Amino acid sequence: MKRKETFLRLIQFLKPYWTILALSLVFAAGSVALTLYAPILVGDAIDMIVGPGQVSFSSISPLLIQLAIVVAATALLQWAMALCNNRLVCNISSQLRQQSFSHLHQLPVGSLDQLPTGDAISRITADIDQISDGLLLGFSQLFTGVATILTTLGFMLSLHKGIALVVVILTPLSFFVAGFIAKYSFRYFQQQAKVRGQMTTLVEELVGNQKVVQAFCYQKQAESRFEQLNRSMQQCGMKAVFFSSLTNPCTRFVNGVVYAAVGIVGAFVALSGGISVGGLSCFLSYANQYTKPFNEISGVVTELQNALASAARVFDLMDSPAQEPDSPKAMELKNPTGQVALEHVFFSYTPEKPLLQNLNLSVEPGQHIAIVGPTGCGKTTLINLLMRFYEPTSGSITLSGEDIRHFTRDSLRAGWGMVLQDTWLSSGTIHENIAYGVPNASREQVIEAAKAAFAHSFIMRLPQGYDTPIGENGATLSAGQRQLLCIARVMLQRPSMLILDEATSSIDTRTEWKVQQAFDALMEGRTSFVVAHRLSTIQNADMILVMKDGIILEKGNHQQLLEREGFYWRLYSSQFAHQE
Amino acid sequence: MVRLLRFLKGYEKESIIGPLFKLFEACLELSVPLIMASIIDDGIKNNDTAYIVRMGGLLILMGFLGLVCSVIAQYFAAKAAFGFGTALRRKVFETINGFTYTELDKIGTSTLVNRTITDITQVQSGVNFGLRLFLRSPFIILGSLILSFLLDVQLALIFVAITPLLAIVIWALMRFTMPIYKRAQGQLDKLALLTRESLLGVRVIRAFSRQEQEIKHFSSENSTLRQTQLKGGSISALMNPLTYVLVNIGILLLLQQGAFAVNFGRISQGDLVALVNYMNQILLALVALSNLIVTVGKSFAGAVRINEILDTAPSFSSGNKEAFPKAGVPSVEFRDVSFGYGGNEVLSHISFSVLPGETIGIIGGTGAGKSTLVNLIPRFYAPTKGTILFHGLSLEQWDFTNLRRRMGIVPQKAVLFEGTIASNLRWKAPNASDEQLWKALDIAQASDFVKKLEHHLESDVLKGGSNFSGGQRQRLSIARALSGPSDLLILDDSTSALDYATDAKLRQALQKEKQPLQTILLVSQRVACVRNANRILVLDDGKLVGFGTHKQLLEQCPVYREICLSQLSKEEVEQG
Repeated sequence: MKRKETFLRLIQFLKPYWTILALSLVFAAGSVALTLYAPILVGDAIDMIVGPGQVSFSSISPLLIQLAIVVAATALLQWAMALCNNRLVCNISSQLRQQSFSHLHQLPVGSLDQLPTGDAISRITADIDQISDGLLLGFSQLFTGVATILTTLGFMLSLHKGIALVVVILTPLSFFVAGFIAKYSFRYFQQQAKVRGQMTTLVEELVGNQKVVQAFCYQKQAESRFEQLNRSMQQCGMKAVFFSSLTNPCTRFVNGVVYAAVGIVGAFVALSGGISVGGLSCFLSYANQYTKPFNEISGVVTELQNALASAARVFDLMDSPAQEPDSPKAMELKNPTGQVALEHVFFSYTPEKPLLQNLNLSVEPGQHIAIVGPTGCGKTTLINLLMRFYEPTSGSITLSGEDIRHFTRDSLRAGWGMVLQDTWLSSGTIHENIAYGVPNASREQVIEAAKAAFAHSFIMRLPQGYDTPIGENGATLSAGQRQLLCIARVMLQRPSMLILDEATSSIDTRTEWKVQQAFDALMEGRTSFVVAHRLSTIQNADMILVMKDGIILEKGNHQQLLEREGFYWRLYSSQFAHQE
Repeated sequence: MVRLLRFLKGYEKESIIGPLFKLFEACLELSVPLIMASIIDDGIKNNDTAYIVRMGGLLILMGFLGLVCSVIAQYFAAKAAFGFGTALRRKVFETINGFTYTELDKIGTSTLVNRTITDITQVQSGVNFGLRLFLRSPFIILGSLILSFLLDVQLALIFVAITPLLAIVIWALMRFTMPIYKRAQGQLDKLALLTRESLLGVRVIRAFSRQEQEIKHFSSENSTLRQTQLKGGSISALMNPLTYVLVNIGILLLLQQGAFAVNFGRISQGDLVALVNYMNQILLALVALSNLIVTVGKSFAGAVRINEILDTAPSFSSGNKEAFPKAGVPSVEFRDVSFGYGGNEVLSHISFSVLPGETIGIIGGTGAGKSTLVNLIPRFYAPTKGTILFHGLSLEQWDFTNLRRRMGIVPQKAVLFEGTIASNLRWKAPNASDEQLWKALDIAQASDFVKKLEHHLESDVLKGGSNFSGGQRQRLSIARALSGPSDLLILDDSTSALDYATDAKLRQALQKEKQPLQTILLVSQRVACVRNANRILVLDDGKLVGFGTHKQLLEQCPVYREICLSQLSKEEVEQG
């Protein structure tokens, strides 16, 4: 049932191309008819060549000319059909890719966080490829195959009913034989797939982490575990491949029997004058033509099934609900003052596990808020809510007294500058990355921002300066340099509010110092929320939020919190716990 | 590829019988048109029904014999191919297990995984197809040619002209489309990259409202791919029509010339039918051959990559001695040790020694050489210059297994393996009792969360430990190193995902439980982690710039002071 729905939906994608599709079908029908007409002409010609002195040259020439025309026309039609199918499939797969990629950008951040990256990528690339392979094969073979079977049948019946009957009765045999073998070998294939899966896991683990294997002298155990799988792989793999490789010989045998049967029966009919020798030769080639689609059909069906399974996965991705669009009444957030308030905010990622509970907070313009607490306390969740990546379960967040849900998402997010711990850069040049938020920024503005973020000097040392391409996610840069670029990116944007997530693992001391200076420069005069790991940041904050298990445990500045001798005090002094 | 064929050893019989029976099958297949010709010429012309039945029976018998030959051939080919694949996989896996870190770094572990799985499978199926078809198709082509010569030399010349033309057309089309499809694959990879970027950077993209541009970027790459695919597709669309036209030109010529031949009595009507059949067979065989070339081509590429592994020899090998800890003999000693990856020197002229029972902190910025230094001690790498001694015995003389069994190693990346918590912990000590495991978990501050799991020690660990958080994985990987006894414990920056409080508790527990002669090396970027160690090694850009207590280093080592000041406030630096 599900498969049928997927199929119908896939068909929908053909709609815009119905002209091409119709042309393809016409070409296919034409080429099939002509392909099958050629053997008749060949047979007629052979009938004119009976024996020494019995050759009718005058009748052969027109037949051969006809044959030449038919062949040329067939080739043209085949070519035209292939071009149509190719265009059809390329367009559909390109469209599927574009739609699913665009849909990714419509999804709420929450859904994307749960989507395994590799899985999503393989849906957009490998699965769509599988669909286009399946469709191409389906169009080019399924239709021509069916057309061939029907037309051949017609031709054969018109030539001689008795012989045609022999072909019709015997041919499906090969189909059954193939089906039987497929069923039988399927068991072994399943086994093989299972063993291969286990083996892949084992190799990924043990070879992928070979260093750990060596550190624990695990090689012998690894080898014996591998050998065990290797042997069962040999066992079932060999059987699977052997049994499935019987399909061709067996169907070839059945075809051979059909061929022989046509030969014998045909010969008898020819003896009694039922058909000519040319007619028999024509029948023989039809017997071959007729069986071919039957042999190919199982391959096509498998390919189509795979394509449908892939299509189901792609549609699954496209169907995941998009985020609710901005309401038409939503306003643009303009020049926010930096006054932020949270009122009775509750939030949880899953209903069973409440995370933020009744969070209340009021921040004046220009204040620096440091958020500290153990892992999993809800620090990053707060960022997600402020940026409206997630929506609170209840309660509200306001900017200058206005609920953030009353603003358009884009304008709300433009009001914030954000530097996260995992420094994401796009694979463009340094300039493009700094100007990420302001694409039309001039080189001067970019340099100014880079200078303010202490990034100018290292950028100038790069081979092509600001035009240096930085590779996939800044692979060529150090962690510190990436962070400086992220800061420069926000510098250029000049937002009035900031969200900063300090990196936990420090970088080399000199860059670290620069990053700190850059952060300080950035925070100057702006309302900022900092998930803080550095004591200097924490100590200079106007307010420290100590979070644990989703609630604000303590609130106040460094001195106040130390005097209270509570959780913050313990957290703070744990760093200096003596080992004795 | 040819060099890999040595793995067929033990399957020589199979690899000869397989192709041989394929050859028999091809012979039988080639004779079918001849028998048909005699049915037409002798049976029908002479009204000999008995002959027709006999020949028809012969046809079926030949078909059956062909089936038997082919089944035998497939069986032996599959057996040989899988024997080959199994032996090759075993050898590759063993070779990788013998690598040192130097080779692992050079080749890269992710490509090693691909080569062990995908490439070997490809080579194996290449061998299988090769054994089955490599002789068959050329033999059918050649056989058809020879038989056409036997039937009529003049008409056979048509075959001689058409066959190479067909081959050239197929070859040329493949030649043109292959690079295009390769390019398309590259463009598809680009799309995968863009998707990955969009998924990983979703927060930044939305924070800067750049969704539209990302979609546009994807769209332009996507349409490039579409163009490439269209181009490739329109070239391969020529394959069928062109070969069809060529074969039919051959048939046209056969009929035209054959008419004269029959007229002069050189050949019979049945012979002509047989010739037409051979022409069709050549086309089928050529198409099969071209598919085979693609498969075998892929496996050749795989073979090259596998040979690269097999040709890589470990850059140094194990000794055969061992030594035991003794009070007074340095546990670890570096004598003027230098090390570099390629030409790049990462550590230069390091000398120091550590006494049994000491806890040593190792600190320095990223790229200072901390990890490299501790990786030299279990002899994962061999130093380029200088000597390292463990318990007074030079590492060159140590037996690898004994050396590493004496150490508890916590690598920088916390890697867990599919199985259970217990099976992971027992990597260090296969015979450890449950109490010992709990003890290790206690020290590693992991017993709390393990107790909360439903099956405690027997709880499942998914592949890569993905069902645990980064901090939990780190603690489990520490517990793994602690589950058995060791003379030397190496923690390579392995608490970075733990909060300060847990980290501190862990260090306290380690000190409390440690054996008197057990040496601990603590690598970290955090001053707080190392400041209470007996002594601290300070590395800067591959050089040892300080070795002493926190207090001594604060006074004497500017690099250490700089690190401290960047992480702690002034009062904290000076306090205790």
